Amino acid sequence: MNELTAAELLAAQVQGASALEITAAFLRTIHERDGSLNAFLHVDDEFALAQARAVDAKRKHGDLLGILAGVPVAVKDILCVAGQKTTCGSKILRDFIPPYDAHVITRLKQADAILLGKTNMDEFAMGSSTENSGFTITRNPWDLERTPGGSSGGSAAAVAAGLAPLGIGTDTGGSIRQPAALCGIVGFKPTYGRVSRFGVIAFGSSLDQVGPLAHNVYDAALLLEAIAGHDARDSTSVDRPVPAYSRGLDQLVKPLTVGIPREFFSDGLDAEVENAVRVALAEYQSQGAVLKEISLPHSSFAVAVYYLVATAEASSNLARYDGVHFGHRAEKFADLLDMVARSRGEGFGAEVKRRVMLGTYALSSGYVDAYYLKALKVRRLIKDDFDTAFRQCDVIAGPTTPTAAFKLGEKTGDPLAMYLSDIYTIGANLAGLPGISVPCGFTKNGLPIGLQLMAAPFEEGKLLQVARMFERATDWHNRRPKVQAPG
Amino acid sequence: MSPYRTIIGLEVHVQLLTRTKLFCGCSTKFGLPPNSATCPVCAGLPGALPVMNRMAFELALKAAMALNCQIASLTKWDRKNYFYPDLPKNYQISQYDLPFSKAGWLQIECPGGAKKIGIIRAHLEEDAGKMLHDEQGGGRDSLVDLNRTGVPLLEIVSQPDLRAPEEAKAYLEEMRLLLREIEVSDCEMQEGSLRCDANVNIHIPISPSPVASSFSREPTASADRIQPHGTPSALAAGSRLNVESTGAEGETFAATPIVEIKNLNSFRGVERALKYEAERQFQEYQQKLGSVWNVDPRSARNFAGSTVIPVQEKRNGSLVMVAKATAGWNEKRGVTEIQRRKEEAADYRYFPEPDLVPILIDSLMLEKARAGLGELPAAQRNRLQTEYGLSPYDASVLSSQGRAVVAYFEQTAGLSGDPKETSNWISNEVLQTLNDRKQQIREFAIPPASLAGLIQEVKSSGLNKQRAREVFAEMANSDATVKAALAKLGYQVVSDESQLREIVRRAVAANPKAVADFKKGKVKAADAIKGAVMRETKGMANTELVQRLLAEELDAV
Amino acid sequence: MALPLEHVRWVAHLARLDLTPAELEAMARDLGAIIEYVNQLQALHTDGVEPLAHALDLQNVFRADELAPSLTVDAALANAPARRGDFYAVPAVLD
Repeated sequence: MNELTAAELLAAQVQGASALEITAAFLRTIHERDGSLNAFLHVDDEFALAQARAVDAKRKHGDLLGILAGVPVAVKDILCVAGQKTTCGSKILRDFIPPYDAHVITRLKQADAILLGKTNMDEFAMGSSTENSGFTITRNPWDLERTPGGSSGGSAAAVAAGLAPLGIGTDTGGSIRQPAALCGIVGFKPTYGRVSRFGVIAFGSSLDQVGPLAHNVYDAALLLEAIAGHDARDSTSVDRPVPAYSRGLDQLVKPLTVGIPREFFSDGLDAEVENAVRVALAEYQSQGAVLKEISLPHSSFAVAVYYLVATAEASSNLARYDGVHFGHRAEKFADLLDMVARSRGEGFGAEVKRRVMLGTYALSSGYVDAYYLKALKVRRLIKDDFDTAFRQCDVIAGPTTPTAAFKLGEKTGDPLAMYLSDIYTIGANLAGLPGISVPCGFTKNGLPIGLQLMAAPFEEGKLLQVARMFERATDWHNRRPKVQAPG
Repeated sequence: MSPYRTIIGLEVHVQLLTRTKLFCGCSTKFGLPPNSATCPVCAGLPGALPVMNRMAFELALKAAMALNCQIASLTKWDRKNYFYPDLPKNYQISQYDLPFSKAGWLQIECPGGAKKIGIIRAHLEEDAGKMLHDEQGGGRDSLVDLNRTGVPLLEIVSQPDLRAPEEAKAYLEEMRLLLREIEVSDCEMQEGSLRCDANVNIHIPISPSPVASSFSREPTASADRIQPHGTPSALAAGSRLNVESTGAEGETFAATPIVEIKNLNSFRGVERALKYEAERQFQEYQQKLGSVWNVDPRSARNFAGSTVIPVQEKRNGSLVMVAKATAGWNEKRGVTEIQRRKEEAADYRYFPEPDLVPILIDSLMLEKARAGLGELPAAQRNRLQTEYGLSPYDASVLSSQGRAVVAYFEQTAGLSGDPKETSNWISNEVLQTLNDRKQQIREFAIPPASLAGLIQEVKSSGLNKQRAREVFAEMANSDATVKAALAKLGYQVVSDESQLREIVRRAVAANPKAVADFKKGKVKAADAIKGAVMRETKGMANTELVQRLLAEELDAV
Repeated sequence: MALPLEHVRWVAHLARLDLTPAELEAMARDLGAIIEYVNQLQALHTDGVEPLAHALDLQNVFRADELAPSLTVDAALANAPARRGDFYAVPAVLD
């Protein structure tokens, strides 16, 4: 049961399977295998089973069911769920229980999906390996000594290992696409504004976007359909109709021009990854697509821009964790200022501190022009590059990451090296574009490789179709890792 | 004739009259139980996002237009970052480099005539919560109530154009009147819906020479020859200084460091605090000049046409600018208390609020705001003078009561045909009655037609003022018309000439001493005889007629 | 190049982060390296380039001035680290 895709689980229920047995099967798998992975932070069996029973009851009564009825979803612990612990991977929110549901959670409930539990992540989504979690390190199901990527590493690992058929992640600089690539699954970052951020604990507000993690493009499209759409509580949520992405999926995009940015195939790109991606590009060519070399001249500045813009916003977004109204409060302190500084000093991990410091520095008097404002100007140039590119091609294709999954601990001592693992994904966040990572091969060590495709804003439909064209011709997405129970 | 001029700029925060907060649907009502009007958005819970209240923006736009501000075509939101427990996000959503309005003015009435006070900018921002000191906890804790957090505020920053504490008070009164008239804010200082911080310093005239004649419009001596004038005591005497509060062009002044006074919670408090602080600064200047403070002509700058030199502090052999200080106003003791010098400028790390989108202000929005303004107080005062012939004072008394009272006046004056008398009745009896009864004009028992009837009755029948007031009171108590009130009180004005002449004659005969005094030139003596006539007629004699008959009868004696 | 410790302390104060001496040292080194890396931006000519704070081209998003339910006092204070009566309690603010 736990090997099935969302589409297959929906079909199974039409054939007589119950949401309860599906949910129970996934819970059982979690209890058996997650000791090896640590993909989940909190799993509430009773809460999940109760939802499943409710779905079964609805089905029995002949009520109209949502599009994800009875399908379990693993949710990144960055989304608020009313009455359920929501930690954002941080000790500072160890005991925080939100009094409200994130919009995406509301939509999942409306779709009759089963909220299976909350998954591990880099603290406040700051990281690319899930090693920055305040609680535990998640392992890659393909190789337990390696990272699943991050920051949505828990959700990606859960889906890859069959602990959940679907996962919800967030992507600020690649945090859905990069772990999807490293775990051999599909990860989709929608256009900025496509999915409401209401109830999503903020990291970089002008970059954050919620999106699906799934075994294949169809499942990702289905989950996107369930969560996308206008929300009046998020001023940056765009009011446009949501197409039925899953329905037109097998339509071929013809003619199709695939833009290949030459900057994405330069120093630092692992040879095996490059090879797999070039083979994938050839597949498009064989299906009649035109491959066109393009240039994104400012792409080498994307990481620098990103680390100034995202950290500046984060330094402000994370100011609220001060031990005053919610969250961790230090036990010993001299006065109010000391209480706040100690609560934050104790509650935040090293990477969060580093980024809060960098962001504060970038905004501080005397530096704001040279850093924050300069970064915003270059952000404009980066966006202009994409605008120019999309006048020449339908989608942009390249590697999702420069390497396959790296070893745990390999980059924790070198923040910059870690930042550079997002080099290909950051552009889509800075420009607000939709992007997807689909499995396109394996290294000789058996580690998955991801192909990244990007499209112009709100061209999710086309992007999913193009991704599906590749997926249909290959079977990388059908491979599953063998995860042993611990001990 | 003060030995210095006072320079005042005001920063006013008014709460906009919305039902809900600036970025969420929580109530803005005053006096709700603590922490009962909060939600994830205004309490700054993780993941919550702000959405702009349209009404708040429309009200702010109206206010800015009424303040003659330039309205930006594009405005945006910024975060002002600072840590404080009453600010749950630890940033305030405000406007930094693109406020929606700037460069306006407000006209106020001063003893010397109308004066325009410049407005630097008006912008929207969210309020913070309320901090209380916890008396029970042994003083170790403070308590936080977040009900106010996120309440929409309009911050209005004036130019330093105010030259006296009285002007500051007049500015605030005019601001309150204006904002109430256009229904932007109820401006209740007690409830915190109008708050005021005042920036104040003083300019003390210094050389070329302290004598009045030198304060001419001649060009000032070149800056490097200007020396701080004389000894402090010479300045304190100030007897020969004749400084206009507006300051003449070409003068040179020493300027004390600016002090920002906070916690001003009444208009009277603002005036008192400014008076106290200006005088305190003058004392401090006298005390410190020459010893701790110095006036260096090299740091001279231009201020509204005159040369101003900020005082500097001697520190380790060099001169440094004295930082702006913050002071609290202690209402009980009647003193300002300096809290701290802002040695290090606060670093608010402003940046564009990524959770909100910019606002494009189009002509439609502007038209809507303009249409909602109606007649503004300054224009109204003008019209009352030109159209009704009222004195500036009478016009401002009526205007200060708001549009409803002015409308009442206009209707009554139209019917009575006597605007001056109508204004008198309203300014005195009507407002007094409303005040006694804690009523609004729309609740008032006497409709304009009835008051106009009373005014006409007084005119035509010569009913005396005392009786007329009684009739007014009767009308106000029983909703009666003039006729009914007169009948009920049994008042029938005696206007029969022969009957009155008889009474007058008797009174003349009965008061020989008064008659004699009158004949000797004591005109006032006639009042005693008139009093007798009034007593005889129980106050119902036609006053004008009595006046004429008495004159005739006295002539005849 | 490491950032001067004094500067790191000042930024930590602005950010209200209590850092141990060891953390301060590490921060000075890490921030120095990152700043060196982002300094590559300084080489780019950006005169006349309009800063882009948001990729989204969206304006004038408003809500109606309509009341929405607030949290109950208990729900609002449920996550408070310290509560006294119906208030959040914090160490005394001395002004």
